[in-house]
Amino acid sequence: MLDFLSQSWPWYVAGPLIGLTVPALLLVGNKALGISSSLRHICAACVPAGIPFLTYNWRAQAWNLWFVLGIALGGFLGYRVLGHPATVAISAATVHDLRTQLHLTDFSGLLPRELFSLDNLANWKGWVFLVLGGFLVGFGTRYAGGCTSGHAISGLSNLQWVSLVAVVGFFAGGLVMTWFIYPLLFS
Amino acid sequence: MKNLKYLVLGTLFGIILTKSEVVSWFRIQEMFRFQAFHMYGVIGSAIVMGMVSIQLIKRYHLRTLNGEEIQLADKQFSPGVWIGGFLFGLGWALTGACPGPLFAQLGSGVPTAAVMILAALAGTWTYSALRERLP
Repeated sequence: MLDFLSQSWPWYVAGPLIGLTVPALLLVGNKALGISSSLRHICAACVPAGIPFLTYNWRAQAWNLWFVLGIALGGFLGYRVLGHPATVAISAATVHDLRTQLHLTDFSGLLPRELFSLDNLANWKGWVFLVLGGFLVGFGTRYAGGCTSGHAISGLSNLQWVSLVAVVGFFAGGLVMTWFIYPLLFS
Repeated sequence: MKNLKYLVLGTLFGIILTKSEVVSWFRIQEMFRFQAFHMYGVIGSAIVMGMVSIQLIKRYHLRTLNGEEIQLADKQFSPGVWIGGFLFGLGWALTGACPGPLFAQLGSGVPTAAVMILAALAGTWTYSALRERLP
């Protein structure tokens, strides 16, 4: 059991458990799974600046902030306490692509240090991957009305065609970045 | 403390995200390059499980622990679903993380997650400020 907990979990264990979060939140308190809303609540709590979209009773949505705090705690427990393999076991083809196209050499940890280090804020990589990337995540999810959890999992589970449109958009953006913009960035 | 249950559910959710490595930039790249089934399996089976659960809730008119009727709001369409979805996709492939994994990364001790979360907050704030002028 401990062995299982310390290794990475296969998709057929993790996926159904993630899916069960949808009914769990509904049954426990009539809440719809959706994580990007927490970003809006934090903005509304900290810098509403008189913006109508940020002027609402965010305290009524405090559950969402507790849920997100839990996710951070889960990240600590899942990675630091339960343990983790030294490298994420991605396919050999991906390793090959990342080596040859993105010139990565260090495959340890959850994300490549060569792209994700605070020192990189001194050059374009940090600003593109950390700042522009993060900005697009926050801007895009709110504009689309949800992220992977709210649209892909919660929305599609409830057969929302709007969520299907959103998910097609997510993938289109991801594919354009990976297949067309990455090669330009690393050419 | 009525919010404790959400903290507990969030913690379990964060553990699952972390243990299945969907919080890893490497896994997201592998997904967008169609080089493994892992991410598709995780997302696909999560949707199937959610779908079956919601059908059961509807069919048996299940209620919340407090006996309330379960409410499922319909998602509203706007051009932003396309445009915003696409912009998020660009960011997803850069950061290798959607909002949930960003928080899980922060907890797992990735210092750059803090920068990405701050940038995501700036993005959400900017959208909020420009909202009336966007299509």
